[in-house]
Amino acid sequence: MVNFGSLREAIKRIDIPTLIIVFFLIGLFILAAATKVSVTTLLSDSIVRIGMNGVLVLAMLPTIRAGIGPNFGLPVGIIGGLLGGLIVMQYQVAGPIGFWIAVGISIVINFVLGWIYAWLLDKVRGQEMMVETYVGYSIVAFMSIMWLVLPFTNPEMIWAIGGKGLRYTLTLQNYFDKALNNFLRFQIGKNFSFPTGLVVFFAGSCYLVWLFFKTRPGLAIDLTGQNELYAISSGVNPKKARRNAVILSTVIAGVGILVYAQSYGFLQLYQAPLFMTFPAVASILIGGASIRRATITNVVLGTILFQTLLTVSLPVLSQVTRGDITEVLRLIVSNGMILYALTRTPKEAS
Amino acid sequence: MSRLLEMRNINKFYYGNQVLKDVTITLDEGEILGLVGENGAGKSTLMNILFGMPVIHSTGGFGGEIVFKGERVNIDSPMKAMELGIGMVHQEFMLLPGFTVTENIKLNREITKPNFLSMVFGKRLELLDMEPMREEARKALDTIGMHSIDEMHLVAGLPVAHKQFVEIAREIDKRSLKLLVLDEPTAVLTESEAEILLNVVRLLSQKGISIIFISHRLHEVLEVAHKIVILRDGAVVGEGPKEKFTLFEIAEKMVGRKVENLELPPRKVPLDENKIIMSIKDLHVHMPGEEVKGFSIDIREGEILGIGGLAGQGKLGVANGIFGMYPATGKVTYMGKEYQLNSPLFALKNGIVYVSEDRRGVGLLLDESVEMNIVATAIQAFGMFTKRFLGFTIYDRKAIREHALRMIKELDIRCKGPAQPVRRLSGGNQQKVCLARAFTLNPKVLFVSEPTRGIDVGAKKLVLDYLVKLNREHGITIVLTSSELAELKSICDRIAIVCEGKLAAVLPPTASDVEFGLAMAGELEEVKAHG
Repeated sequence: MVNFGSLREAIKRIDIPTLIIVFFLIGLFILAAATKVSVTTLLSDSIVRIGMNGVLVLAMLPTIRAGIGPNFGLPVGIIGGLLGGLIVMQYQVAGPIGFWIAVGISIVINFVLGWIYAWLLDKVRGQEMMVETYVGYSIVAFMSIMWLVLPFTNPEMIWAIGGKGLRYTLTLQNYFDKALNNFLRFQIGKNFSFPTGLVVFFAGSCYLVWLFFKTRPGLAIDLTGQNELYAISSGVNPKKARRNAVILSTVIAGVGILVYAQSYGFLQLYQAPLFMTFPAVASILIGGASIRRATITNVVLGTILFQTLLTVSLPVLSQVTRGDITEVLRLIVSNGMILYALTRTPKEAS
Repeated sequence: MSRLLEMRNINKFYYGNQVLKDVTITLDEGEILGLVGENGAGKSTLMNILFGMPVIHSTGGFGGEIVFKGERVNIDSPMKAMELGIGMVHQEFMLLPGFTVTENIKLNREITKPNFLSMVFGKRLELLDMEPMREEARKALDTIGMHSIDEMHLVAGLPVAHKQFVEIAREIDKRSLKLLVLDEPTAVLTESEAEILLNVVRLLSQKGISIIFISHRLHEVLEVAHKIVILRDGAVVGEGPKEKFTLFEIAEKMVGRKVENLELPPRKVPLDENKIIMSIKDLHVHMPGEEVKGFSIDIREGEILGIGGLAGQGKLGVANGIFGMYPATGKVTYMGKEYQLNSPLFALKNGIVYVSEDRRGVGLLLDESVEMNIVATAIQAFGMFTKRFLGFTIYDRKAIREHALRMIKELDIRCKGPAQPVRRLSGGNQQKVCLARAFTLNPKVLFVSEPTRGIDVGAKKLVLDYLVKLNREHGITIVLTSSELAELKSICDRIAIVCEGKLAAVLPPTASDVEFGLAMAGELEEVKAHG
């Protein structure tokens, strides 16, 4: 006998948008089966995309739990990650080891950047989300200048003509391209390959963050986010807790962009960091998080739904409709999701 | 006197639960009806039906009929209720904090004067006529004896008691007012303020306005009401003129079991007057509305010290200041050493625990589970309930669950289980969670503020009993701050009365009400000095 009561309870707890996306996704898979698109290829691609974007989504978690909303200033951390990657390229560290060095450097850089960023956010308490967005834009603009000025000399990185300034996209082919994807990769059948290293890395990151939120500094962030006065009366310094959350988020974002880059095969500079934020915010929200509450489950579920949706919709919908509907879909889903979450906040507060 | 209101055979279901069973009440013109019952007995639901609140109609309406002034009426919205002349002062303030007292009183009934634009485009563009509005607001305030409230003051800056009076003034300013519902009007007031309010209620009744008076403070109901209706679990269990009842009978009918006076258990070790655990000298606390200005007292080890006084005089500031929730200055020695103010962590580490008067705002994580609420502070401040795992010190779910279950049993916290969010618990059970949290921290000195505010009679007794138990069995020194003198008198060894931010007097619980009254007004010393 199926226990309908508990089943209904479980469905009730899932967000309506999450449910809609799930049904849409199931529909797409049915459509894929009906057309000639290979479902196994779709699944394989989806897993890669989930792994490469997942860590960036994870970066949203600490700030949401600290009560300052999703980290719309994701580009701050991304810049730190990119710098890590660039330094590895400059010193021509080839192969997967370069990835780990880049991660190490980015963590150091982001620790400092995160500190400054957290200090700034503390000054604008209550309006973090808006300020974060503008900080994101500003730092991208500032770094667009810096990419031209910074003394990188590796000919693979700088413009071929003129010999000054970094290129728009730098190929990682001779460096840490697919460092994680190819680690213990295995093939099932012709179309399905499993990027073990990538998935393990994402799972490991989630696990570490989950563990962190069970420690005292992690709990301090949770308490601050839920009830600042309770936190104070528990001996927490809320300013410090929020600062820790922002630094953690920035550091994760830096690692996240390196994971993304090694899978993608390129480092993208200039305007590119701006386009990472909204999909990441949308992902965690689709996973059922609100801008006040989020869990690791929301991160994983959201990334899976959002990335699978994008991967599947392109080949499937292009069979049915004309042109590239995926980009349109991505914009509708990500912006729509953020809008929905923002409108829902006042209700939650009461 | 003619019959004003009759609510006949009211039945109401919420999601299949019957919350009102065949409730019938009648009310004559100018009559005061005291409506009493425990939390969840159905008082608020009944009043929501009378006031046509949307929550009633969005959950399937109700059964039965309402007869107002001899006519059957269908009250389907608050607007309709207001048209009929039914006014309500809610438990939560329904005032606009950024507006003046006048604007709040005259809200939506503003007096306007025509101008050029309004002559062209109609009445909606008329300007506010502040002078007559002010006068009428003044009149309404004077009617209820609130000469001290400035009608041009912003509501945001008023003490809670004054806000309550502004609400009442707003209702009586409505000329068509026939029936006024006061839902727990004295919950946030001190006894002397409550006294003023009761006088206002009597005054209104003499003017022919009928009143439904809901209160947890039974002696107030007995004092002011002409007629009493007792609700329990959605049904009327007692009804009649007030002469029929005594305080104990009402309390008994309300909770359905006998209530006796607290019998305090004896101490194992008698109190030593010279053993001072904390000595407070010249404490200043900057807490808006409850400023402390030079408070001094010695707290004896193992005693239950009561702190009383009128609202706004600073009694709440003392505990807040010692614990570090609000900036404080002063000289405090604790167990022979200097005590560091303004640091909750220092306080916790030294065994000083504070249960806030603002249960929902400070004391609880409303969306977290019962168990997390109980242990979060202990994990944070002391690293209790933790284990080592992969180099991290993380909290231990199993240990937490065990402890939570023990506390739930010990304090009789009524919940579905340790994982239920505390938001869904009743006020009394939430307070028990707060106490469980405090006890988990192994306090030496426990500061408890207003532990029984807004909770029902049965839970009140449990909370006070538990405090006594902590004191007697665990030797915890307790500083109990409360606006209810009876509560302080029932369990305290000494009662300190705060007036104008300073210590006015320290009285034994056996002192007469007159002495307490004088101390609260800050006049005890003078009276003693001059005979």
